[in-house]
Amino acid sequence: MRFTLNGQAVSFEGSGARRLLDVLREELGATGTKEGCGEGECGACSVLIDGEVVDSCLVAVGQVEGREVTTVEGLADGGRLTALQQAFIQHGAAQCGICTPGMLLAAHVLLQQAGRLTADDVREGLAGNLCRCTGYTKIIDAVLSCTK
Amino acid sequence: MDSAVRTHGRAQSVAILPHMRPAPLTAVGRSVPRREGADKVTGRARYTDDVPAPGAWYGKTIRSTVPRGRIRSITLDPAFDWQRVVVVTADDIPGDNVVHLIRDDQPVLAPRGGEIRHKEEPIVLLAAADRSTLEEAASHVRIEYDGAEPVYELAQATEVFSTVAIVKGEVVEDVKDLKDVEVVERTFKVGLQEQLYIEPQGAIAFPEANGSIKIIGSLQCPYYVHRALKRALKLTDQQAVVIQAETGGGFGGKEEYPSIVAVHAALLARKAGRPVRLIYDRHEDLAATTKRHPGVIKHRTAVKKDGTLLSQDIEIVLDGGAYCTLTPVVLSRAAIHAAGAYSCPNVRIRARAVATNTPPNGAFRGFGAPQSLFAAELMVEHVAERLGISSVDLRRKWMLRLGDTTATGQVLTESVGSELVLDAALKAVGTVGRPDGRTVKRGRGLSLVFHGSGFTGSGEKKLQGTIAMEALADGTFRILTASTEIGQGTKTIFCQLAADALGVGMDKVVLAPQDTSLVPDSGPTVASRTAMIVGRLVQEAASEIKERLKRQKLPLRVAKSYMQPDSIHWDETTYRGDAYPVYAWACTIADVDVDMTTGEVRVTDLVTAVDCGKALHPVMAEGQIEGGSLQAVGWATIEEIKMKDGGYQNDRLATYLIPTALDAPRIRTILVENPYSRGPFGAKGIGELPMDGPAPAIIAAIHDATGVWLDEIPATPEKVLAACASR
Repeated sequence: MRFTLNGQAVSFEGSGARRLLDVLREELGATGTKEGCGEGECGACSVLIDGEVVDSCLVAVGQVEGREVTTVEGLADGGRLTALQQAFIQHGAAQCGICTPGMLLAAHVLLQQAGRLTADDVREGLAGNLCRCTGYTKIIDAVLSCTK
Repeated sequence: MDSAVRTHGRAQSVAILPHMRPAPLTAVGRSVPRREGADKVTGRARYTDDVPAPGAWYGKTIRSTVPRGRIRSITLDPAFDWQRVVVVTADDIPGDNVVHLIRDDQPVLAPRGGEIRHKEEPIVLLAAADRSTLEEAASHVRIEYDGAEPVYELAQATEVFSTVAIVKGEVVEDVKDLKDVEVVERTFKVGLQEQLYIEPQGAIAFPEANGSIKIIGSLQCPYYVHRALKRALKLTDQQAVVIQAETGGGFGGKEEYPSIVAVHAALLARKAGRPVRLIYDRHEDLAATTKRHPGVIKHRTAVKKDGTLLSQDIEIVLDGGAYCTLTPVVLSRAAIHAAGAYSCPNVRIRARAVATNTPPNGAFRGFGAPQSLFAAELMVEHVAERLGISSVDLRRKWMLRLGDTTATGQVLTESVGSELVLDAALKAVGTVGRPDGRTVKRGRGLSLVFHGSGFTGSGEKKLQGTIAMEALADGTFRILTASTEIGQGTKTIFCQLAADALGVGMDKVVLAPQDTSLVPDSGPTVASRTAMIVGRLVQEAASEIKERLKRQKLPLRVAKSYMQPDSIHWDETTYRGDAYPVYAWACTIADVDVDMTTGEVRVTDLVTAVDCGKALHPVMAEGQIEGGSLQAVGWATIEEIKMKDGGYQNDRLATYLIPTALDAPRIRTILVENPYSRGPFGAKGIGELPMDGPAPAIIAAIHDATGVWLDEIPATPEKVLAACASR
C-alpha cells in the first residue's frame, strides 16, 4: 500500500484495516499525531487527507491508498516554522501541547479558505478539536493573527 | 511609597512594601517564547506513548465489574495458551500491596479472597507482544465475586476518611432573642468532574540491570511515583527511577493515579523481563481514574438587617469514593476556604469526607476549594436577596482586607487583593447586552474568591522541597527540580527567574530533565505552589550562585530547601493559624444566555480580574486563568457524570462533554499585580484560583436572567427547566 506522507512517497505492508493513526505512529514514526479518545471526539489525531481535516483514528489505512496525507511534521518547511506555528508560540496557544498538532492542522485548513475569517469562523472551524488547557481564547487569537 | 499595582493595560496606584520595588528585569514579566514551544508545534515533543521502547510489550488491566464484594476466584481459562502472555496478580507483588500515599488502604491489585470496594478496581494485569493477543487473553480471564451491598449515598456512608473542625468565636445558634437579625439557610450540591487532560494516563516501564526499574510516564509528581514504586516493588532509592515524559495536561488528575499506572507497568515489566507500555485509552481513563469530589455543603448565616455579618455555620460532606487517596487534604482545603473571602467574627465549619463504593475521587485543580467557595459565594447572593441589597455592596462590606482575620484566625498582613480585583472586574464590563434569540433571557453574575497558594498549613515545612542549581564550566547554569511542566509553563518561568536573579540572558539557563536519578525532590507539582514556592527557591539559589561566583570558581553547585518563615504559625490539631503563606484573589463576572424553551445555558462573556502578585509571564498567566475558567464553566454547566450501579454511565468522550471552541465564551483576563514579599519577584500561585469563581458567578447570572436559584451544579437543561417550572 502506498500513499504520500508530508510530500514523501511511503509504503506500508500489512492490513489495510489498521487505523491510519496507528500506522502513522507505529510504522512510519510520525508520532506527532496523538490519540486522545480513539472515537473521533477530540481531534487530537487530526491529519489532512488531500487537504481535508480527518480524524486519523476513524480512518483505515486502506482508505488513503494513493492519497496525500499531511501531519504536523509536514507543516514546517525544512525546519522553518510556518506563520501559524510561530503565532501559536507567540500567543501562548500551545500549553500542554497535546492538542496542538491537530489544532494546527485544522487551523491551517481554515486559513487556506478564501475570505476574511472572523473569531466565530475560527470557533466553528476548530470546534472538532478539544483543548483543555487554554480556554481557546489564545488559540483563536493566534489563528486570527495569521489572517492579515 | 506609591508603586504601581498594574492591571493589564491600566495602572492603579496603591501602597506596597518599599523593598518590593522591582529591579530592572530582562526576563521576568516578559512573555518570552515557551521553552518547549517549538517542539510542541512541530510534533517533536515526546509524550509517553511517543517514546520508543524496542521490544516492549503492551499492558492491560483487568478490573472488577462489581462495586462491592469479595473475589471468590480468579481463573485463567485453559482454552487460551497462557505461555503467550505475562499474567500478574497480587501474588506477584514483591513489596507491600499498597498504593503509597496517605493511608495504606488501596491495594495495587485486589488479591484473591480480597475485598472489592469499587467498580473498575484493578485485579489482574496482562502483557503481550501485540494488542490482539492481549485482547484475546483478557477475554479468557474469569473473576467470580461474592457480592455485598454497596453504599452510594453520603447519608448512609459509615466510614469517615477524615474530619475538620474550624471554630472562630461563637456561632449564632438561637436567634429568637436577637433583634434585627436575619438567618439564611441553604444547602448546595456539587457534582463529579473529570480532569479530562487530552493525553490519557500512561507509563512505560523498563526493567534494568541490577533489579532497577525505570518509568517514563505522564505525571505531575515524579517523587510520588518514586515512593510508590519503592514500596510496592521493594526497591531502593537508586533502583526506582522515574522520568516525566512531555505531559499532555494534568489538572490534578496526574497527581495520584500515575503511581498506580507506573507500579502496574513495573510489575508487568519485571515479570516479562522486557519493557511494557501501559497506556490507557480514553474509556478506561474516564471509567477508572480519579474525579473531583462531589459534595453537599450546608450554610446557615446570621446577619444584621444592615448587612453586618454576624456568623457563618457551615457543614461540608465530601464523597471520597472507595479509597482515601488525597481526600483528607482536599477536605482540609475545602474547609479552610468555606467561609469565602470574607471577614466574619463567628465561624463554625464542620467538614467530613466519607467512603462510598464508587471509584476513588482525588486531586483536581482547586482541590476542594471550588466546592466550598461555590456555596460560600451563592450564600452572599441569598443573604443580599433576603436583605434587599446589592450583593456587590454586601461583598464590599464583608470582604477580607489588609489586617483582617480569616476563619482560622490568620491575620492577613500583605498582598490582599480583594477590592482591587472587584474594582478591576467591574470596570471592565459594560452593560448587559441583549439576549441572543427570542426565547432567550440574559443575565449577569459576579463572584469574589480567594485561594491559598502553596500547601496547606505545615505542608511546605514538612515537605521541605529542595532544588539545586549548577554553574557549569561552559558558562551555563542548570536548574535541577522535580517540578514538572504540564502546560502551565514551569520550564519557562524557572528559566526566567534564574536568568534575572543571576543577571544573565535566558540562553545561559538550562533545565535538567525531571528524572529522579538526577534532580532533588522539590515536591509535587500541585497546590499552586510551583511558581511561588519552588520558583522562590530557584530565585534564591540563583542569587546565591551569583554571590558565590564573585569569589569561587566554576563549576559550582548550590542546593536550596524550603525554610518556613518564623512568622508563619499553624496548629494542625486546632486548625488555627496561618493556613497558607498568602492568598491570590479573583473577581469573575459572567454573562449567560438561558434558553427558556430548552433550558440550555450558554456563557456569553466571562471577565476575570486576578491578583497574581506579579505576572512572571503575562501570556502564560492569562493562559492559566482562561483555561481554568473554562474548566469551571464546564463544571458549572455541561460536565455531568451520571452514576449507575457504582460506575460512571457516560464514561466515553462521546457522552462526557467538555466545552468546545464553540461553547466557550471569549474570556477576558485582567492581571492585577499586588506583590507578595516572599514570592519570586512578588509572584503568588494562581494555577487553581480560576477554577473557583466562574461556577457561582454563572449560577447568579442564571438567577439574574430567569429569577430562579439553582442550588446544584452542573446547571444542565433538565435542572434549569425543572427549576423554572416549579417556580
